Amino acid sequence: MKTFLTLLNREVKSFFYSPIAYVVLFYFLFLSGFNFYSQIAIMNGFPTEVTVVEAFFMPALFWFPFVLSFPLITMRVYSEEFRMGTFETLTTAPVQDWQVVLSKFFGVFIFYIILWAPTLIFFASFEHITGKMAVHAAGAYWGTYLLLLLMGGFFVSVGCLASALTKDQINAATISFTTITLLLFLGFIPDIANITAPGIKDLFSYVSCIQHMQDFSKGIIDSRPIVYYLSMTALMSYLTLQVFQYRKWKA
Amino acid sequence: MIKVENLTKRYAGVTAINNLNFEVEKGEIVGFLGPNGAGKSTTMKILTSYLPATSGRATIAGYDVFEQSIEARRQLGYLPENTPLYTDMRVNEYLRYRAALKGVPGRKMKQAVGDVIELCNLRDVERKLIGALSKGYRQRVGLADALVHDPQLLILDEPTIGLDPNQIRQVRELIKNLGGKRTVLISTHILPEVEMMCSRVIVIHKGKIRASDTAENLLKNQRTAGSMRIEAKVGKDNAAADLGRLPGVKDVAVEKDGDFSNFQLRLEANADPSEEVMQLAMNRHWTVRELTRRRPTLEDVFVELTHSDS
Repeated sequence: MKTFLTLLNREVKSFFYSPIAYVVLFYFLFLSGFNFYSQIAIMNGFPTEVTVVEAFFMPALFWFPFVLSFPLITMRVYSEEFRMGTFETLTTAPVQDWQVVLSKFFGVFIFYIILWAPTLIFFASFEHITGKMAVHAAGAYWGTYLLLLLMGGFFVSVGCLASALTKDQINAATISFTTITLLLFLGFIPDIANITAPGIKDLFSYVSCIQHMQDFSKGIIDSRPIVYYLSMTALMSYLTLQVFQYRKWKA
Repeated sequence: MIKVENLTKRYAGVTAINNLNFEVEKGEIVGFLGPNGAGKSTTMKILTSYLPATSGRATIAGYDVFEQSIEARRQLGYLPENTPLYTDMRVNEYLRYRAALKGVPGRKMKQAVGDVIELCNLRDVERKLIGALSKGYRQRVGLADALVHDPQLLILDEPTIGLDPNQIRQVRELIKNLGGKRTVLISTHILPEVEMMCSRVIVIHKGKIRASDTAENLLKNQRTAGSMRIEAKVGKDNAAADLGRLPGVKDVAVEKDGDFSNFQLRLEANADPSEEVMQLAMNRHWTVRELTRRRPTLEDVFVELTHSDS
């Protein structure tokens, strides 16, 4: 456990050694702040049924920076170690492979949480200033942020796997961006391809991130997406461990 | 401390090391010699659990490097080739991180890191970013990393490559001072270095051990010939033929230099015909200006042992 915490500590800190963390944080806060502002502005003009939280997590202004953040924060985790050769010093220290894989995953995941935490301030300040709720019920907050964590875990693990596959950060970013975009658009396939067969349509809605977000931000917490994201995260991390060991043994 | 039995490693059809057997006793400083691609780094990577062997086994302080990899890794400090380091960390921060990773407890941390900073002469740069350091300093940071948890065994893969002569001397002194308490396995192609530091030499070529002995014994027992150079005024004598008949002389090459002639004698192994040469010169009344015997060096031994397919 102590070894794991030592590794994790370095992983989290290593974000802040490079300017990329600050650039991502800035760009993220800027875009999500703009998103928040524009949603409220629209709602001021055209009153609707949707709550502020639902409106915030629905538009492309949310999804676009969301998807783009994963390649940016995961691309270097393994690639950089391979490129610099520190992979060798890392793996010849008395550490277990799974400790490395988990520390890298949680290192990025913690940074991801740091990235999202400020958005809570948006809603808190909204409620404070207007005296109105930003959601229908408190459960919607739990649902929304739970889903953010679940989706984040899955996409972070996809990014880590992509990074473990290559020495080149740009390749890693390209692989994870493409994969995550595809995963995100899976839910649209029945609409685009005009599929109406209920079985297939259900299958796609089961993996539709956008559908999940619409439900969870209303406070409808469904256990199926929870199982989906947790099991996919576990699967991706397991694959990452396999790739990690393969790279080590063939080096 | 290190025991290697029938160790073999094959990469996609290429045999990097072939049925290697050797042992290193506690307290020895062993030089691991061989041309590029001989299998030195591969052997070291197997010993540090970075690569699995295709067959055979290796133990570090009794721990199998594959079966009890974590325990085996705890016993050793390793400096890989080219000294990979996190360039975005500060020297003391990096050493603290590495010490924690290798299980140095919190209360001993300050002492352990302070000691290696002192030992490796890093006091001036301890707060600098590793990325801003020169090659010599980086090499010493790598060495400090290998030493920080006070391991019994050090495995150093070409620790002096790319350093200037002063830095090489510093690193060499450092390694020499480590001997006795610790066991050191060091790979290099710089032969004088080996003669100065190592108590034993293992020569490896094409994945096989060619020799394993002290540098002194290797020189004594080697088959490479030494040579002798004589500059003398020999008048009309056919000196080359006369010299060629002396015992231990393989052949003679002559070069005229005014009244004098330069003779290059190639000798048979361990031959030293200097007395006979002097005797001959005195009998014939040659005027000898120079007589030098060139002893074989470790370099000759190395070339002999690792030349082509011999």
